[in-house]
Amino acid sequence: MEAKDFDKTLDLKKIKPYGDTMNDGKTQLSFTLPVPDGDEAIEAAKQLLKKMGFENPLVVYTKELTKGFTFFNCYGSCTHTVDYTNIYVPKVESTKMEMKECDEYIRENIGRHIVAVGASTGTDAHTVGIDAIMNMKGYAGHYGLERYDMIDAYNLGSQVPNEEFIAKALELKADALLVSQTVTQKDVHIKNLTELVEMLEAEGLRDKMILVCGGPRISHELAKELGYDAGFGMNTYADDVASYVAQEMVKRGMK
Amino acid sequence: MQESKVGLDFSKVEYARGIAGKIANQVQDFVEDYTTVAVERTICRLLGIDGIDENEVPLPNVLVKEMQSRGVLGQGIAYFLGNCIAETGMTPQQVADAVVAGKIDFINQPVHTEKERNEALAPYVSAAIDRVRGNRLRRERYIETIGEGSKPYLYIIVATGNIYEDVVQAQAGARQGADIIAVIRTTGQSLLDYVPYGATTEGFGGTFATQENFRIMRKALDEVGEEVGRYIRLCNYCSGLCMPEIAAMGALEGLDVMLNDALYGILFRDINMQRTLIDQYFSRIINGFAGVIINTGEDNYLTTADAYEEAHTVLASDFINEQLALLAGLPEEQQGLGHAFEMDPQLENGFLYELAQAQMIREIFPKAPLKYMPPTKFMTGNIFRGHIQDALFNMIGIWTHQGLQLLGMPTEAIHTPFMSDRYLSIENAKYIFGNMKDIGSEVEFREGGIVRNRAKEVLDNATHLLEQMESEGLFTALEKGIFANVKRPKNGGKGLDGVVLKSECYSNPFVALMKGKK
Repeated sequence: MEAKDFDKTLDLKKIKPYGDTMNDGKTQLSFTLPVPDGDEAIEAAKQLLKKMGFENPLVVYTKELTKGFTFFNCYGSCTHTVDYTNIYVPKVESTKMEMKECDEYIRENIGRHIVAVGASTGTDAHTVGIDAIMNMKGYAGHYGLERYDMIDAYNLGSQVPNEEFIAKALELKADALLVSQTVTQKDVHIKNLTELVEMLEAEGLRDKMILVCGGPRISHELAKELGYDAGFGMNTYADDVASYVAQEMVKRGMK
Repeated sequence: MQESKVGLDFSKVEYARGIAGKIANQVQDFVEDYTTVAVERTICRLLGIDGIDENEVPLPNVLVKEMQSRGVLGQGIAYFLGNCIAETGMTPQQVADAVVAGKIDFINQPVHTEKERNEALAPYVSAAIDRVRGNRLRRERYIETIGEGSKPYLYIIVATGNIYEDVVQAQAGARQGADIIAVIRTTGQSLLDYVPYGATTEGFGGTFATQENFRIMRKALDEVGEEVGRYIRLCNYCSGLCMPEIAAMGALEGLDVMLNDALYGILFRDINMQRTLIDQYFSRIINGFAGVIINTGEDNYLTTADAYEEAHTVLASDFINEQLALLAGLPEEQQGLGHAFEMDPQLENGFLYELAQAQMIREIFPKAPLKYMPPTKFMTGNIFRGHIQDALFNMIGIWTHQGLQLLGMPTEAIHTPFMSDRYLSIENAKYIFGNMKDIGSEVEFREGGIVRNRAKEVLDNATHLLEQMESEGLFTALEKGIFANVKRPKNGGKGLDGVVLKSECYSNPFVALMKGKK
């Protein structure tokens, strides 16, 4: 289809990718096919692009990575559209506050320190997520919970078994539990997150604490599905978590 | 006198090194008196004991557990095996099999003289020594005949969880130009107090380190090395509760590189500090003898603490790791001391600070094949910017002559690398290493400039920290959270129950033969 042939008006009921002209559908992709490089490989990639719903498939670069595996960089025009006016995404319902604002909010509305206990649980050895939220320094300019005047933050580190996590939470009288999961291979995080909820429920603790999980592959929707109160994914920081926990405590009348 | 591009005062460097030496000596005074379950299992493995019982418990664990539960661990496995073999004429493996079958009580045997025990063990001790030495010679011969990549070695990881799939990925990586293949361990293995057995095809975020997996990958890398005309080094992880055992398995199977940090397990895996410090000593004796390049884990400090503010902790730890390694007879040429490119990309002049630090560490440890780690903390999922961050990292790698360049992946923080991710990363590094090859010898840094000032500042801060640690001792420093802001109690953490004082009759026949030897 020539550029002039399609309707260039934006219709939110039928959106598609934008390259440099409204509705051109331009998309870039890269992938590897388990075949040797050559004309047949390029044709295979093009046919695959068509099946994916791309018109005018264009293979701009190929490279045989090792015998029998070829890497492709491709472009195509997407034929599919999405109705943007009819989209619903569950979200964490709280207003994001800066650290000082949040401390003030806690002082006024809760009147005591909030105890937040965080860990990277199960076999997950990665501390980067929980550190980004909890460490004094924080991440990307967002101070961590340890720096908040009104939050007592305890970072238990990585590879904390769920039993130990719960025991520590009880000992510290936690208001909020923050679970970080970075490794998601073979859905190991789902199993681990579910186990924690089940253990809390079995011990009758589930409603006594605010339960939050986070990680690069975690969404609020997934968190809710697994029985958590909220989930924090990519591009969320300590202030998102602190604001949510504080407001949720007020909402529930936890004092 | 060594010339410094960043204006280092080498008398200050030697002063700092001297303090680190004293700190290491304090640790060593403690270490000498103790052994651990892991050390004793290692001796079992070196004496040829392998296999598992019907509950899949490795036989070295069966024997050592028995000693532990009978309260005689401090006498050491060599004492009991020596008596048992002198008495029965069995091989160590036969003893282990007989113990599992319930046919023998290897602890309750007539006591022979020390000489008789040594003679009984001698053939098995020399078999291990010969095998490890043979692997070392084999590597050297390979490098002489088919050659090796130039430094910085391109270091990539494979992490499929399945050793056979790892082989496919590793061979592909070698064909694309990688010099070192590290098989990432499955998450959680460092906390297992045993080494799993046999070939494995299931793992999370990595593949179990087992002796059979080592063998499979060694063979695959030799094959592809001959094909591409370059010796391909194999790397694994000699850390956690089985640190010396993994060292022994690696030495027996011809591994070339091992992550082997004295402090990492304490800080990042909450392993008891006494346990780790005792274990690291024997593991490094073995790695030293086997010609294995060790990698230390200072890069990890910067994923937790801030890379700009805490840079001096990396240098201080490098000094301590160096001194502890020397005490275990592991020469500088095998010390892949670690550091990393982890500053926030938004930091103005961050590149200059990174460059200053990399050049500084290069000059302070001139013989060490430094291990330089890529950006991970500020990799965001924006693969396009990530590829540029990795490019800046590669520039510093070639500029400052790093030893092992652990290649960053544009998809860091998204998934374990795809085959194509590795290709893009290797292409990135090769392009920059070729295009900027001699920049290090062409460029000097001006007096009083950002780079020189930064190097001086980091060295001064590291020295100050070492002074503080010397007065308190390493144990107390760790309790106070001096590295990576992580605090660890001396009697806390995992694995302390596996630590025991050596008794009078204790001996480890491998220390004298391996330490500082070739």
